[in-house]
Amino acid sequence: MSINRPITKLNIWYSQNSGKTSAALAGLIVLSLLLQLARLGSTGVAIMTFAGLLGTFPIALRAWSALRMKTISIELLVTIACIGALAIGEPEEAAIVTFLFLFGNVLEARTLAKTRSAVKGLTDMAPQQADVVQADGSTWPTDIDDIDAGDRVLVRPGGQIPVDGRVVAGTGSAIEAMITGEATPVEKGVGDIVYAGAALDSGALTIETSAAGDDSTFGQIVELVENAQDAQAPVAQFIDRFAAYYTPAVLVIALVVGLVSRNVELAITMLVLGCPGALVIGAPVANVAGIGRAASRGVLFKGGKTVAALAGVDTVMLDKTGTLTTGHMTVNVVRAFGGDADMALAKLAAIEADSSHPLAHAIVAESKHRGLTLAQAPEMATIKGRGLVSADGRILAGNVALLQEHSVAVPGRVQAAIDAAQHDGNSVVLYAQAGVVQLLVAVGDQLRPDVAAGLTTLKNRGVKRIVMLTGDNRSAAEQMAAGLPIDEVRAELLPQDKLRIVQAARQHGRRIAFVGDGINDAPALATADVGIGMGGGTAVALDTADVVLVKPDFATLAIALQLAKGTTGVTTQNIVIAVGTVVLLLLGLLVGIVHMGSGMFVHEASILVVIANALRLLHK
Amino acid sequence: MKQAILKLDGLTCPSCMQKIEHAVAGVAGVQDVKVLFNAAKMKAHFDAEQTDADHLANVIQGLGYTVESVNVKD
Repeated sequence: MSINRPITKLNIWYSQNSGKTSAALAGLIVLSLLLQLARLGSTGVAIMTFAGLLGTFPIALRAWSALRMKTISIELLVTIACIGALAIGEPEEAAIVTFLFLFGNVLEARTLAKTRSAVKGLTDMAPQQADVVQADGSTWPTDIDDIDAGDRVLVRPGGQIPVDGRVVAGTGSAIEAMITGEATPVEKGVGDIVYAGAALDSGALTIETSAAGDDSTFGQIVELVENAQDAQAPVAQFIDRFAAYYTPAVLVIALVVGLVSRNVELAITMLVLGCPGALVIGAPVANVAGIGRAASRGVLFKGGKTVAALAGVDTVMLDKTGTLTTGHMTVNVVRAFGGDADMALAKLAAIEADSSHPLAHAIVAESKHRGLTLAQAPEMATIKGRGLVSADGRILAGNVALLQEHSVAVPGRVQAAIDAAQHDGNSVVLYAQAGVVQLLVAVGDQLRPDVAAGLTTLKNRGVKRIVMLTGDNRSAAEQMAAGLPIDEVRAELLPQDKLRIVQAARQHGRRIAFVGDGINDAPALATADVGIGMGGGTAVALDTADVVLVKPDFATLAIALQLAKGTTGVTTQNIVIAVGTVVLLLLGLLVGIVHMGSGMFVHEASILVVIANALRLLHK
Repeated sequence: MKQAILKLDGLTCPSCMQKIEHAVAGVAGVQDVKVLFNAAKMKAHFDAEQTDADHLANVIQGLGYTVESVNVKD
């Protein structure tokens, strides 16, 4: 390596000072032109030759280091062209081409940094340090990479939670928007799970680390996005392979043209015009901007292939529970039959308070929501599949079967209320005391907010068919779909049925996006053209889905489709711009209006145009 | 096998990526090199008995790129 040390140092110096180099070149070119105007031609030409050499040198260094890696780079084309220009006594061409090339690189680096800004915003939020609790109880600031599972860290109010883990002391409220999409603060106490990257709004927590740094959920999200930005769409991969042959081909063609026409100027101009600059950058830059923008809006794409696949989707299939609905049971109806509803609900909630059944949780939560004080509850026994019954058999809480088995009459108006609630997709809990039904509580899952608006947006953006797939009974499923822009309801399905339906639709040539929570519908997610996970940034969703909606709602799904279409559109436009530029330049060369300097100018301009085009995605 | 994660100064041309991948893959003891162009990171697994992360950093600097940080994971 020692032989290469000076070249190495120069290369690094040039890459860090490319702005200064191109400024110096510009100065020399202007000085030379002024001298030539002032009829001091020979001095001017000498300065121009110097400028040409000065500009070619760093480009040649890069070309050489690439060549040593058996790569024919754009720099090699430019180097040969400039050496040729100097040899045939066209120093202005060499000086201007190298200036444009180096200055173009500076501008490209600046604008490319902007296309990456969305993801940089994300990585800048990654925790760097944590206060690790020591054996003596004091805390010690520690680099995040040096924290192991099991370490206890302290987070103070206003601080950032640095690790994934479990709260072992303290309480506080955390904002976990980055990980779950939930913007409102969530109360955290001992035993609760917290995520790195969340902000501690108030309170103080001691956390036992389960994962830190790159291993945390946040770290995995960042890694997923970083990998996705480099995972190109099929069209970009094609162009990459094409460019690998294209660049040497330009070299060969220019050589042949030079030998046949005996016109060195024509040959070296072809080298410059043939540079595949905008072509190699046009598609990837769209991917970077589109995927980065999506990440900052809570949509994680796994790669360019996924973006392209989502943009081409014509059918969206949705799971119901946990996808169309929140998956959380809530009380939808409370109806008393004689007597005060709140009083009866307080009694019911009191006896349900110790139960771990989801329906019981919903009822207790509703009583809290209504501010009811729970009475002392009698001892209850659980009858599986029925409900709860007191020791003396006078108090019953459960379904119709429980009441009938205990000889409690169900009057017509109670039965009508039960039927109505079940028709709406609810589960029903009845409360009876001393042989009389007193209360009906209907518990059900709730539609996510803005489902209708989100699905309508999907339709407006080219999705032809929306299908709901659910294991629930038909009447409940149809009730839920009513009023939503859903074209078809497939109910009473087993998980393998969902898989079969997705497969069959694909065989009929449909391009399917399957939206699920990523837990029980993983097979369907994997089989669809695009699997969209609505489970928030959980490890399960990250593993099984192609697209993860950090914020599990339908507005975000609409954003995902919009950005996928936008990104694919920009990719196509950029390829047209790049290919069009080369074609126009070659035509210009044929009719003699394009020269080396102007050709390089158009090239650099086209590169900036494709980058600027991609930057539009950052505002979508 | 250890993994080296090198943070590089921003890469500007896609051919930079090929250069770095070729060069690092050519070092004895290195397996599956991956250059993340946009994140400006190089990830590679290597056999600790044959090479080390600092050597990989030197190779990349030899190509003319600045290595900002070197991280090694088991």
